[in-house]
Amino acid sequence: MASYQSYDHDVLVIGAGGAGLRAAIEAAASGVSVGLVCKSLLGKAHTVMAEGGMAAAMGNVDDRDNWKVHFTDTLRGGQYLNNWRMAELHAKEAPARARELEAWGAMFDRTKDGRILQRNFGGHRYPRLAHVGDRTGLEMIRTLQDHGIHQGIDVHMEVTIYRLFLSGGRVAGALGYDRQRGEFRLFRAKAIVLATGGIGRAFQITSNSWEYSGDGHALAWEVGAQLQDMEFIQFHPTGMVWPPSVKGILVTEGVRGEGGVLLNSKGERFMFNDIPDNYKNQTADTPEEGWRYTQGDKNARRPPELLTRDHVARCIMREVKAGRGSPHGGVYLDIAWIKEKLPNAAEHIRKKLPSMYHQFKQLADIDITTTPMEIGPTTHYVMGGVRVDGDSQMTKVPGLFAAGEVACGLHGANRLGGNSLSDLLVFGKRAGEYAAKFAQDNASGAVDGGEVDEAIAHALAPLSRKTGENPYRVQQDLQAVMQELVGIVRREEEMVKAHSSLEKLKQRAEKVAVSGGRDYNPGWHTALDLKNLMIVSEAAIVSAIARKESRGGHFRDDHPEKKSEFGTFNHVLVRTTGGGMGLAKASYPEMPAELKQLIEEYK
Amino acid sequence: MAKATFSVWRGDNGAGAFREYSTEVSEGMVVLDAVHQIQAEAAPDLACRWNCKAGKCGSCSAEIDGQPRLMCMTRLNQLDLTKPVTVEPLRAFPHLRDLVTDVSWNYQVKKGIKKFAPRKPDAEDGTWRMQQEDVDRVQEFRKCIECYLCQDVCHVLRDHHLHDQFIGPRFLVYAANLEMNPIDTGDRLDDLRKLHGIGYCNITKCCTKVCPEEIKITDNAIIPLKERVVDEAFDPLAKLIQIVTGKIPGP
Repeated sequence: MASYQSYDHDVLVIGAGGAGLRAAIEAAASGVSVGLVCKSLLGKAHTVMAEGGMAAAMGNVDDRDNWKVHFTDTLRGGQYLNNWRMAELHAKEAPARARELEAWGAMFDRTKDGRILQRNFGGHRYPRLAHVGDRTGLEMIRTLQDHGIHQGIDVHMEVTIYRLFLSGGRVAGALGYDRQRGEFRLFRAKAIVLATGGIGRAFQITSNSWEYSGDGHALAWEVGAQLQDMEFIQFHPTGMVWPPSVKGILVTEGVRGEGGVLLNSKGERFMFNDIPDNYKNQTADTPEEGWRYTQGDKNARRPPELLTRDHVARCIMREVKAGRGSPHGGVYLDIAWIKEKLPNAAEHIRKKLPSMYHQFKQLADIDITTTPMEIGPTTHYVMGGVRVDGDSQMTKVPGLFAAGEVACGLHGANRLGGNSLSDLLVFGKRAGEYAAKFAQDNASGAVDGGEVDEAIAHALAPLSRKTGENPYRVQQDLQAVMQELVGIVRREEEMVKAHSSLEKLKQRAEKVAVSGGRDYNPGWHTALDLKNLMIVSEAAIVSAIARKESRGGHFRDDHPEKKSEFGTFNHVLVRTTGGGMGLAKASYPEMPAELKQLIEEYK
Repeated sequence: MAKATFSVWRGDNGAGAFREYSTEVSEGMVVLDAVHQIQAEAAPDLACRWNCKAGKCGSCSAEIDGQPRLMCMTRLNQLDLTKPVTVEPLRAFPHLRDLVTDVSWNYQVKKGIKKFAPRKPDAEDGTWRMQQEDVDRVQEFRKCIECYLCQDVCHVLRDHHLHDQFIGPRFLVYAANLEMNPIDTGDRLDDLRKLHGIGYCNITKCCTKVCPEEIKITDNAIIPLKERVVDEAFDPLAKLIQIVTGKIPGP
């Protein structure tokens, strides 16, 4: 029999970014015992990289803003495939979540009258993002961490969850291994919250770290929860493209919010050439009007650089394909030009965008106060994820909850910048609250020892194989397939090819071998992450093939138009009788009349 | 393409030795890229921590050619590639494996510092009003990414191993962030003197030099905290009153 240590918690939270920490804090506040599993060290999760801010309609900068406008902006950005209930709750509750952070020690930038300052961002009608320069994610995770460590939460650092267990159809526990010593840990829990983030590591060029291997998506799928909208992957328009080693690292949308413009190699501001119909009456007619908007003129409309991310990314790709790109296959993002408008521009840029200044100076030898940046799209976020109940965040599996990027619904076909940090807090809190309630109402389930032993044997297999492929190679080959064939511009035949390549990659992943022992062995960890990457990649491919239209983050070269018949349902992945991945259609309940009316009102 | 040699510390629990790996270098590469290449090509089990690869998470701290730095922000063109580049783990913490150390002590220390305690909200909407110039200095401290490079170079920890008596520069910055927060009501000065060992710092400024976030640790955090501690604990006027009246003056 395999050896492992056992832990008992009422609620186990898997993932310690914004959503996981917020869920753990909320669950602990209800008096239940809480375990928090971090894949890395506490405070290092991916939330730390969020830059621009968190969207919350507080109306501190423009008092015309309120939850109704935020709600309609979110739906418009998501092309109306959002879970409207989540969009409603999110818009209503985000302001309270932002203020709560301040009560826990967060130090947001201030307005002149001493309130939380809010900035412009793509797709948001009014300045709405509470922020701290361009390091808002760090502020958020640190605040939650420093508050959370005093709440009696048991933190398990550098532990990766490998398998979930059910008992009588309910979630009952999770098996993980600690990176430091390679020992297995069995967590028995009455309720489990998945807060594991996204899937970016399935792609070559990504702003995501090694942790983003779709763990929660795969864990949920394996125990019978549903994955939804997996074709909708956000390619952030502005990632670094040069030098090669930094390709994909994020450049915040805040650069454009502060007046940065996109230019092609001819110096043309190409975003003015393509403004979607449903944004025409919200978008500036002239560069002058756009500039006034970024400087707070309430009568001006926003510049086309602040259209939604899906659209901006596609416009950049088009410029590059038409031969109007920069030397390294991107376009230019220029903030230095504002020196024509502001006397102290360089100082202003360094103050508003300190980490961008630092990042380009150190990694690319570029001073963004004098020189345009070269940027291009990078895999950034998955709108799809585990299907959940909008109020409670519970999945189809009783006792299993999901919050943050791993959950699906709030963002529809495209996420607005700034709606992620607020998503983490609003639905992290809800997941924690409802998971605690579930734990209080239900007794523990029994975890089958045989299933645990089987999972441990499976996890140890790559270490015991004498010969086999290097897991890094399989991962790199998968990333190449996804990048080239299921990336920002998709075609039927390419995705079909990707699907068949994936079958071969899955077989290779089953046979990888790893040298060394169980102590802190990244080769072994990479081998174990492969299974999850395969599941999320397949989910994305299957869903993307079936959506024969272009909408939000999903762009089909062979079906470039949005089709109304595809606007009424979401794709849900279901297990076929053969155990494979099949596709079903699902719709949300009818939207209440008063919400429908809002959409008309704020058109 | 050109190759460079990296001499990487390999081993477990303090025992170990440098091992040399040669790998191709390309324009713009950082040390972390080289470590990843070595993992993929030659040593899949080479242990190192990393996350964001953009200087924002503070995971990949190491000693590169003897200097404490973030591997993800150290470009190869800043190093002398004519001889092997040494890459070692931090030396102020117990060694686990290869480039990974046990930094759990830092988490325990933070837990021992009195938490943020805001005064009651005083604005009508149930929040607070704070001016930007009042939060600027606290925001400087909150830039900290907890890479612990400052802890690594602090001689009180690195050479004298006074981990049980001194919290180190990182947590003096953390305490300063709380003490200088305009809405905080907590008082940590007594703890700083008696429990956290602020007196051990003799302001050599090594911590400030290695901070990747360029926080002026010594000048802006530690020295002002020392002044506050001295003001409270060693106020000569209060002492005089005590001697004359035999009473300890109230706050």
